[in-house]
Amino acid sequence: MSAFNAIGEDREIDRNEFTPGIEPQATWCPGCGDFGVLKALKQALPEVGLTPEEVLTVTGIGCSGKLNSYLDTYGFHTIHGRSLPVARAAKLANDGLEVIAAGGDGDGYGIGGNHFMHTARENHDMTYIVFNNEVFGLTKGQTSPTSPKGHTSKTTPHGNAKSPIRPLSLALTSGATYIARTAAVNPNQAKEIIKEAIEHDGFAHIDFLTQCPTWNKDARQYVPYVDVQESDDYDFDVTDRQEAQEMMFETENELYEGTVLTGRYFVDERPSYQDQKKELGEMPEEPLAERYFDDDAEWERSYDLLDRHK
Amino acid sequence: MSDHELIWRIAGGSGDGIDSTSQNFAKALMRSGLDVFTHRHYPSRIRGGHTYVEIRAAGHDVQSRGDGYNFLLSLGDSFARNPQEEAYYGNEEIKPLAENLDDLREGGIIVYDSGLVSEEDVEELNLEERAEENDWHVFPIDLRSLAKEHGREVMRNTAGVGVTAALLEMDLEHIEDLMEDAMPEKILEPNLTILHDAYEMVQEDYEFEHDLRIPEGEHHEEQALLSGSNAIAYGSIDAGCRFIAGYPMTPWTDVFTIMSQHLPDMGGISEQVEDEIAAAALAVGASHAGVKAMSGSSGGGFALMSEPLGLAEMTETPIVLLESMRAGPSTGMPTKPEQGDLEFTLYTSQGDSARVVFAPGTIAEAYEQTRLAFHIAYEYQIPTIIIYDQKLSGENTNVPVSFFDRDPEPSLGSVATEDEIAEMPHDTSGKFHRFQHDVDDGVSPRSLPGQKGGRYLATGNEHTPEGHISEDADNRVAQMDRRMAKLEAIREELETEHESNQTYFGDETADFGIITWGSSQGAVEEAVARLNDQGHAVKAVGVSDMMPFPENEITEFIESVDQAMVVEMNATAQFRGLIQKELGRYGDKLTSLLKYNGNPFEPAEIVEGYEVNVDGGDAEPSAQVRIEPAAGD
Repeated sequence: MSAFNAIGEDREIDRNEFTPGIEPQATWCPGCGDFGVLKALKQALPEVGLTPEEVLTVTGIGCSGKLNSYLDTYGFHTIHGRSLPVARAAKLANDGLEVIAAGGDGDGYGIGGNHFMHTARENHDMTYIVFNNEVFGLTKGQTSPTSPKGHTSKTTPHGNAKSPIRPLSLALTSGATYIARTAAVNPNQAKEIIKEAIEHDGFAHIDFLTQCPTWNKDARQYVPYVDVQESDDYDFDVTDRQEAQEMMFETENELYEGTVLTGRYFVDERPSYQDQKKELGEMPEEPLAERYFDDDAEWERSYDLLDRHK
Repeated sequence: MSDHELIWRIAGGSGDGIDSTSQNFAKALMRSGLDVFTHRHYPSRIRGGHTYVEIRAAGHDVQSRGDGYNFLLSLGDSFARNPQEEAYYGNEEIKPLAENLDDLREGGIIVYDSGLVSEEDVEELNLEERAEENDWHVFPIDLRSLAKEHGREVMRNTAGVGVTAALLEMDLEHIEDLMEDAMPEKILEPNLTILHDAYEMVQEDYEFEHDLRIPEGEHHEEQALLSGSNAIAYGSIDAGCRFIAGYPMTPWTDVFTIMSQHLPDMGGISEQVEDEIAAAALAVGASHAGVKAMSGSSGGGFALMSEPLGLAEMTETPIVLLESMRAGPSTGMPTKPEQGDLEFTLYTSQGDSARVVFAPGTIAEAYEQTRLAFHIAYEYQIPTIIIYDQKLSGENTNVPVSFFDRDPEPSLGSVATEDEIAEMPHDTSGKFHRFQHDVDDGVSPRSLPGQKGGRYLATGNEHTPEGHISEDADNRVAQMDRRMAKLEAIREELETEHESNQTYFGDETADFGIITWGSSQGAVEEAVARLNDQGHAVKAVGVSDMMPFPENEITEFIESVDQAMVVEMNATAQFRGLIQKELGRYGDKLTSLLKYNGNPFEPAEIVEGYEVNVDGGDAEPSAQVRIEPAAGD
């Protein structure tokens, strides 16, 4: 008998299975964009055939970090900015798991910025959803790495002197192989993008625009969105790095000024880190965690290494 | 104890092959039946700079570098002489002869490379007069030309070994064997020729008046020569560890590279990552998913790990972390040992955080306690830390091969099977009570992601039994008490089910005691043997359990003596502080012998420390060591 029977289980799954049955329910504010991510995930997971027990959601700290409190999968609510290193190690240890990491813009692009760059570079096979509401919500509305220039808050009373981070461009130059932006007010697109990201074999980054009605009423997340894939005005090839780069640049400029553009920006077939490691003989073919439950496994020991010391 | 021992020092510039030469020579000495101990002194630079390695060899057990040395092979530094490379290597003058004479014992031998050590240098040293005073036997030999004649200049190390063997009347057999194993055909032949030429030249051309000869010894079983880093890496492998994540930092890098070289071939994974926060967080992630995992660093890197360490405690994720100390604060002295991170390692992380900390004192203990650290971590779902230092990392000594002949331990400890999970409490939505309150030893069995029926949320926030974030007062107390109960359970297991990690030596009836920890143990052990030989009643204990602290054992030890001296390599008496904190008394009974100049204790310094303590004198034992009196004195 396998130790991880939930992995690969094939049955009809109801989206309600992903809802924890007990209180407390979400402590997010009424109208919070985070509900949109939760809803889209609950719809996407059964549609790609995943059961709650074969999914591991790893979150950081902040409002976004509470995602897996309200989503009934295996979950790991870590610490501020550290969801990615925990998540990618879990995937390395057991690549049968579906690993989804999530965090906010402060969590993911600020304190966790270094991990974001390197996880994308290594192209770990996982999905990373960043709840981008351009503000620190849970600590009561301070300026975040994605707040626009001039943004005023308690920490920037005279306006933010810094230009915002460009998460899509950053993901691209770092090496992510699936990059998209979606928005909480656009649930159908969000669900489809999450499904694609999960099925993508590599590091899939979703910059998920989530409105914060409590702390960031000025943000443009309430305006209608234009889906770049559905509009005739935007024609570019998502597999062409150059075209994707130009399109991202335009999108990231417009977010604060003109139209809010969403959709897929880059999809690449570069092999995932896990596949490359396996090819080099640096990672076992079978999930490493299974080995501990395999009664026939031959455990090598250091005694055989002593020859060189004799 | 026989006084007959060889302490051979090979000195020269970093990058001149001193390390590999000495490693081979140490192994040859071991193969000839001797017990060996190596000590490496090197600067924080890759090429150039003064470096030496000492090999102590005797027919009896050796636990430290010893006091001083009795054979100097001074190679000279080729880089300082090379004008083209001066700009790159700097013009720092390396004086491998001048810098090494202070510790050379009376009657000792000096071989210096007259091809590389300038006559002016020798004249400046007033060598002839000093040699006469100290009864040194000086052999200026042009090793460089000898090496050039048959091969390349760099092979002068081999010539030096040949000269050493001849002067000590040592058989070349083991040295030849090792060279044949280690060298490719192309360089083997010239090296062998150089070795023999040097050997024969000394035998034919020189008269020996010195008494030093190769000591005699015999091993009754096969030995392996390995470092503390080797022992920790092998202990991890045998404990079933198959995942390591790390970031390079001296001296922890040794373990990291050893593991990286072996783990993939054993079906494991090694990850070099962006920083130490990530490294420890990866260990947490891998362990959470069901693999025995470790990470580690040295002081500055370990500082970054305090976040994931706390996360592991709160989520009860087992991990093993290594802390290989070097002198601090901040970047400190990268290549010099100190025992200055004890308090940092014990109390890192916010809140009432608990972990298990072992401090092995010898290379054999390093292997043993690494295995134990994994066992405890996975049984009790708690981070365990092995604290050691640059000295233990890099020193080599021989250990019987049979010591390592044990089975691997792939058990994940308190992980429940799916059948067991099915029998355990769940809430109405099917969530597993992974953090149950009602367990005796604090350990609530865990499930792994992907197991059927085991769904739960692991969170770094305080949480309910099924993992929901909670600030409920009753739940908080229950969860805190349960996590804290683990340490008591571990203390009990360590006391009853394992052999003591503490090492006792000396005269059991003595009323003067020495207490030490970690790698200072070897020098203390030798000092105590010497004091006992001189008729002084002294006993000692080398403590390895830092947390939970062995209260009963140490209380008993202190109660059995009138006075105890705590020996450690730091300036603030951290371990003495720990003893007083844990036992709540003995401030008036404990003195300290402290050393923090970057070099480990030598046995003679501890003997002097004893003498000052017992005589009640005010004199410090030496300029490099400090005595801290008992509280109130």
